[in-house]
Parts: sequence; C-alpha cells; structure tokens
Amino acid sequence: MIFFGRWTQITSIMELTKTKISELTVRFAGDSGDGMQLVGKKFSDALASTGIDLITFPDFPSEIRAPEGTLYGVSAYQLRLGSKDISTHGDEIDLLVAMNASSLKVNLPNLKKGGIIIANLDGFDKRNLKLAEYEQSPIDTDELADFKVIALDMVGEARAKLKEHGFPPKTLKKSKNFLALGIVYWLIDLNMSSTVNWLEKKFRKNEEALKANTSVLQLGWEYAEQQNIVETQFEVGNKHFEPGNYRNIAGNQAVAIGLVAASRKAELPLFLGSYPITPATEILQYISSYKKYGVKHLQAEDEIAGITSAIGASYGGYLSVTTTSGPGLSLKTEALGLAVMTELPLIVVDVMRAGPSTGMPTKPEQSDLNQALFGRHGEAPMPVIAASSPSDCFDMTIEAARLALKYMTPVLLLTDGYIGQSTEPWKIPSPAELPSLVKNLEVDKENFQPYMRDPETLVRPWVFPGMKGLEHRIGGLEKQDGSGKVSYDAANHQKMTDIRQRKIQGIQNDIPDATVTGPESGELLIVGWGSTKGAITTAMDRLTEEGYDVAHLHLKHMNPFPKNLGNVLANYRNILLPEMNTGQLKMVLQAQYLRDIIGFNKVQGQPFKASEIENKVKEILVGEEVMS
Amino acid sequence: MSTIIDQFTQMDTNGGSQLTAKDFKPDNDVRWCLGCGAYSVLYPVQKFMPDLGVPKEKIAFVSGIGCSGRFPYYMETYGFHGIHGRPIAIASGLKVSRPDLSVWVVTGDGDNMSIGGNHFIHGCRRNVDLNVLMFNNEIYSLTKGQYSPTSKQGQVTKTSPLGVLETPFNPVHMAIASGAPFVARGYDKDRFHIQYLIERAARHKGFSFVELLTNCLIFNDEAFDDFTKKDVRDDNTVNLEHGKPLVFGKEHDKGIILDGFKLKAVTLGDEYSINDLLVHDETDSTLAYILAGMDDDPELPHPVGVFLALDKKPYDERVTDQIAYAKEVQGEGTLEELLLGDDHWEVN
Repeated sequence: MIFFGRWTQITSIMELTKTKISELTVRFAGDSGDGMQLVGKKFSDALASTGIDLITFPDFPSEIRAPEGTLYGVSAYQLRLGSKDISTHGDEIDLLVAMNASSLKVNLPNLKKGGIIIANLDGFDKRNLKLAEYEQSPIDTDELADFKVIALDMVGEARAKLKEHGFPPKTLKKSKNFLALGIVYWLIDLNMSSTVNWLEKKFRKNEEALKANTSVLQLGWEYAEQQNIVETQFEVGNKHFEPGNYRNIAGNQAVAIGLVAASRKAELPLFLGSYPITPATEILQYISSYKKYGVKHLQAEDEIAGITSAIGASYGGYLSVTTTSGPGLSLKTEALGLAVMTELPLIVVDVMRAGPSTGMPTKPEQSDLNQALFGRHGEAPMPVIAASSPSDCFDMTIEAARLALKYMTPVLLLTDGYIGQSTEPWKIPSPAELPSLVKNLEVDKENFQPYMRDPETLVRPWVFPGMKGLEHRIGGLEKQDGSGKVSYDAANHQKMTDIRQRKIQGIQNDIPDATVTGPESGELLIVGWGSTKGAITTAMDRLTEEGYDVAHLHLKHMNPFPKNLGNVLANYRNILLPEMNTGQLKMVLQAQYLRDIIGFNKVQGQPFKASEIENKVKEILVGEEVMS
Repeated sequence: MSTIIDQFTQMDTNGGSQLTAKDFKPDNDVRWCLGCGAYSVLYPVQKFMPDLGVPKEKIAFVSGIGCSGRFPYYMETYGFHGIHGRPIAIASGLKVSRPDLSVWVVTGDGDNMSIGGNHFIHGCRRNVDLNVLMFNNEIYSLTKGQYSPTSKQGQVTKTSPLGVLETPFNPVHMAIASGAPFVARGYDKDRFHIQYLIERAARHKGFSFVELLTNCLIFNDEAFDDFTKKDVRDDNTVNLEHGKPLVFGKEHDKGIILDGFKLKAVTLGDEYSINDLLVHDETDSTLAYILAGMDDDPELPHPVGVFLALDKKPYDERVTDQIAYAKEVQGEGTLEELLLGDDHWEVN
C-alpha cells in the first residue's frame, strides 16, 4: 500500500541543523483548481493533532474555477502555527507555496524579508508569466533576492520519478499540491501520517489515486531531503494544551454543532429553514447531514421562506433557526418583525460578508451591525450577539438559543466569513458541561392568555398547537396586552411597544458584565467585537510586552450591552475601536455613552493585521506624548 | 417527534367527532363586509371541521395579508396571521415540524399570486401536506381597489384608470404546471359545492390547492356574475366529475369534446351523443391543464370542481422517513459523538 515505505522516522542524509521557532506563517497559493484549500486543511489537521496551536484562513475568490493562471483566480490558504497561543492567521508570510506566477505576484507584498518561497516552475511558463503580467520570470531575475527560493518543476519531477509505476500524467498533475505539501512537511519535520491516513480513507476504493497521491506526497518529502533545499529545518515545540479532547473546527461547523447541542440541552427538536448563500452555506450543509440526530431542515425557495418556515416551526414548538449572510438578512427583515411581534423563539445567524449589495461574497466584513441592531421597520428590538473566534461560534450559538428560549424572542447571532471558515483547535466540551436551557412551556391553563407575562422577565408563555384547551390566534397585528387580540388602541400600542423594549433591555440582568484584559483603568482601552479579537489579542501581547498602558474589552452582547459598559469606558483616557466597517459600533457607543471614541476602520475584505492595530495604538499613545 | 411535544400535546381519542360547527366559531365578530364572498368559504369550513375527525387543538389555520388574512381569527382553532405572501412558507415549517397537525392556509389572489408567488409555485412542487384555500376576487380589496395579478386585461381599477395592461394569471394553470397534486376550483354562490371541495382537499394527502372565486362587492362587484349567477351558471360553467362526461347546460344538453388538443362545446343531439364527450380523469395532469384553459375561450363554459387529484407522497412524510432511514443505517446519533467528530485527538 505505502509506496516508499518510510513514513514516520526519516533521518536526514545530509548533516542538518534545526532552528527552533515559536511561530510560523505558511501560505499555500495557487489556482482555484490547484487544491490549495485541501492541502492547507490537511496540513492544519496534522499540526493540530501533534499539539501545535494554529489559526487558519482560507482566502479564495468567488469564482469556482477562475480562468487558470490569472491574478484574480488565485486561491490561498494561510495559517499561523506555533508553540504559543496563536490567535491570528499571521500578518506576514514566512513560507509561501506558489503554484504559479500569479500566486507569487499577489502574495509577494506580504512575504517577510528572508522568507521562503516554494515555487512550482511548471506554473511559470510563458503563458502563466503573461497572465501574471510578468515580462520575465521573477525566478530568473533579482526580484526575489531578499528571499530563499526553492524552485522545482513539480509535475516534471513527479513524472520522472513515478513513470515506472505507470501512472497516467493526468493523475500526476492533479496531485502536485501533495508534492508541495510533502516539502512543507519536511521543512518543519512533521509527521505525515494523519494525511496518509486521510488519503487511505478517501481513496479506499481507488487504489490508483491513493498510490498517486501518497507517492507524490512522499516524493515531496524526499525531494526536500535529498536536494538539501535549506540549511536548516524548523522545529516547532508543542503548546501546552489543557488535558482533554480536541478537534480542529471552523466557525460555520461550530454553529451547526452548537445548534444540535442547544436542541439536545433544551430537549427540543431542531428545525433549520435556510437558503444557500456564501459564506453561510456550510451551516446548512452540515445540518442537512445530521439526519441521524433527528434534525429537520428545509432548503427553502428563498431567504424569506427560510425564516418564515422557521417561524412556522417555532410556532410548532421547535428550536428553530435560519442562517444567512448580509443580502439574505436584508430579505429576512420583515419576517424578523413578525417574530418580534409574535414573541416566538428564533435564532438567526448572519455570517457577514463585504457589502453593500452583492459586494464581495467570499470576503469578510462587520458591516451588518447596524442592520442587525436597527434594520427593521417599526420599533422591533431583539438581542444581538457576536462570536469572536471559530470555537466561540459554538458557545455563542448556545447563548443565542438560551436567550431565544428564555425570553421568547428572535436572536441575531453575528459571525463573519473570516471566523466562519477559519479553523482553530477546539477543546471539545462534554455534553454534561453544557448549560441546560430554560423554556417557557409551563402555563396556568385556568387563566391562560396568549400574551400573559412573567412579571419579572415580561416573557409570554410558549403555547403551541396540540395543547388542548389553549387554542388561540397570534400574528403580526398589534396585540391587546394580555388577551393577544387584535388591538388598534392608542394607549395599548404605547404599552406594548414599551413592554417589548423593556423585555429585551431586561436581558442586561442576565448577561455577564464586560471584563477587560489588562489594567482596569489607564491610557487606552481597545474595544472590539466579533472576529477582530485575534488581531487585537496578538497586538495586545506585543504592546504589553513593550510596556504600553493598554487594555482590551471584547463585546459579545451587542444588544443589550452589559450593564457596566458605561462605567468601564469611563475608566480610560482613550478608547480605540477597530472594526471592519466605517464605524458602526463606534456610533452606537458614542450615542449611548456620550464618549469620544477613536474609530479604526478597515473595509478591504481582509481581517485586521495585528501589526495594524499595534501601530495604531502607538500612534495614539506616542502622538500624545509628543504633544504634551 | 420529540417527547417534549408529545408531553405537552396529548392525543384526544374523540378525534373531534362530538364537536359541531358552533365549536369552531370564536366569540369575536367577523369583520368582513356584509355580503362578502369570503363568508361562503368560512361557513362551509366551520361546518366541515367536526367531520374532519381531528381534535380542534390539532388544527391550525395560517394566513397572509389581505381580506383573506383575517380568516384565522374566525376559527376557534390554533391560528397564525402571518405577513404578506408568506403563509405557505410559514405553514410549511409548521407542518414539516408537526406532521401530527392538520394545517390550513388561507390566502388571496394578491397574497398568493403576487407577493407570495414564489412560495406558491414551490409549495406546489414541494408537496407539503397543506390545504390551501385561495380567495380570488381579482382585486386588492384591503388596500381599497387596485388591480391584482388575476384582474382582467382592461379592468378599470384605482391603479388602472384606463384599464389593466397586463395579462392575468390563471391560478389553476399555475398550480398544475408547478406540480400541485390536488387542484380544485369553486365559487361563492355555491356553498355546497365549496364544502365538497374543502372536504376533498382535506382528505387528500399532500398539497391541496383550492381556488375560490369570492365576489368583492365593494371594489369588484359582479366580477363572476356572468357565469356564477343562478340563472346563467348552468350554461356557463361545467362541473368536472371524475369518470363522468363533461355535460353542462340547463337542460343537460351541452357537452365538451376534445378535438386534437382543443376543447369544443357541442350540443347533444343528432351530431353528438354523450358517448362522444370528453370524460374527466382527475389523475391526468395534461387533461387538467387543457381543461383549465377553458377560461380563456369565450365560447366555452368555465370549469369548476376537482381538476387534479394525484397520489404523491407528501414532503413532510419524506422528511420523517429520511430521518428514520438515517437512524437505521447510521445509528441514532448522540450528542457526544457529534461533538467529538471524526478526527479529534486527546491531550493527556
């Protein structure tokens, strides 16, 4: 089965030194059809399972198979790995795999001086150079003088070595991504067995494909080893992980698993009504594969049917969900108002992407916050929460379910394309560790009225069809307080509007206080929300190390805010708010707490780099020192 | 279905059989205009409910926006008054999650054919077990008199003062073409017939669509009078009955024949006998489509009755079956197994 026979213990032929490193950023880049996402994922699985921490960032174009060799068709998978806590996918690239000229060109600006390029010469032929708008191959000029270049004709090498085994050339071309992966494995001296195991599983019915891929992977390792491509291999130590079970998880998968977990903990069946949309589609795909868990899903004819079918299922007593991205959320807004009016539990997940309109579907942004908070006609308050990392998507999904069921309200959970598709190692909780979720199913049958309320939480009971003797009608028309009958009475509308507002505002009493990392008062507080957490955390580490007086507050609850938020904000001279929009949270915080906030806004379809935040903080703090 | 729903919704062994129409009338007033065609649907529905054999807590009426949208308030069952155009989508979520319920949709020509058109065609194709009653008055009434997608070309309304320029939808055509397994039509001036159609729709498993021509006496009065008024209806309508020849006319002296793909009205006598007439077959969707086209030919009567009744397994049953299949083949999934996934690792 195994071609070359040596998988685990390979000793170097040449005298090799090893350089210990604590972190490294690797980027696989090539054509959309080059399989960069796949090798990136396999590499990250191998890293994680050996105890190395990492964050990944798949960065691909919207085109499924963009024309080969083009600059806009470059698909990349970046990851930062290390022996310490890794919280971003890395600012600058240490090791770049470039399968063609275009993928070199677009990624070169981010390559660290002295970084390594593994270039596939096959992708630097005349045609590819022209498509990449190179006059001459950069490999032959001094353009790459600052970098260490390992250039090889991957297809040619593979063909020469494996010819005797009679593989058709087509198979080889397809497997060249595994040759590149083999080289990368050797560079950090990482055990390839997890990838081999995966290949064996995947191709258990196709021996030829299995042989081709494992051989080519092994060839990459051997090539690197025999050609003595670098003076030194990297050695990455293991991070200290707390004991427990771990897996690599992407945010969208974490949402899907979180939904099932929430339904089990709430002892309610789960219903998902959803319409495919980038970058949220994976949630629908995962849920549709969970049939054996008893989950029901309906792939709706449009976004509106997605949410309204979920409202129907919620009316029927299910934990109900709809998942979408920005344009879909726009279409769902009218139905969100219906869920507010009927006071039914509903989870809406918005995996945000760059807008407006179709915008940049595969690129992340945090620009739906205003829509989430205010994007409904009439006074239609609802809780809005945000996840800050791939694994936090799991926790926040459970939180969304908790709030929806306990407060009989739709809840909007914001994630984005970055954390939705990035992965990180996740310490898997046991089912018993997860919170059980409160439902409002107990009802005083004698005195039942559809809009009777708990005096404290103002929550109405959840009574669904099938409950005998409690037949009633609800809907989008204004309700008479208590009876729930249609009412156009002036004073009643005022009262009901106030109740709906107070009910949501009251959730403040049921969410944790805002806590800061770093000093409790001082020069500068960085306020973040959502996926910026990794970049802020990394920047904070560096700034604190350099002695800057900086603290970090990361908001999870966007409506209502934690009760102590105003007091926390008052403790710092400066507040910096990096967000991937033009200042949406900044506007809300300024309006609510009357504090000046320095916005730091990036709308480039790319997450913040830690260095950008670091520099911004220095600019504020050093700039002040100069002035005083 | 989950135990928690079972726990809160105990089965009633009476099956609702001891109830009467009165039990389905809530204590609030009906607020449709006096003489509205909608009453001709409400009363037969209330009357039929005890015969449905389902306890009333297991019945849900879902509506959209428009005059028809008020329907759930007039039924002493569970009711959900949704938003414009979406009742089929809401009801689909309800029925898929709760196949134990009898779920009814009440909608209108604006709600269902215009803003909710997408849900309608996909509802027909998806075949969730819903009973869809569509009030068609060929006008937007609740917004006080604008033309609808079923208004006639040339019709003068508040938004077409010089006449409607568009071609109307034929709802029966649309339902058949979109794959609805049960399609029927009735009109307000014949309540007995409506009650028959409602019963047929209720007994049919799957998506049942009933178009109900309901006169709006305020904004589009007499819209259907040319064929539904008592003195003209026998000559201007033909009742479709499965396995029976298409006979019409006050004296039962006229009939429909199929000439190629074209329908022709003939007089029975020397030239044509009853044996020459087209015999209705509810299981033939091509025939059903051709019959619905009679509306467009001024020489032909308007068809009413059950156009199509196909036996197709409803979507909600397929969902239940697929879950059972997955559990059987893959084993019942535990939360622990889902959390751990396929490739987890342990740190000691």
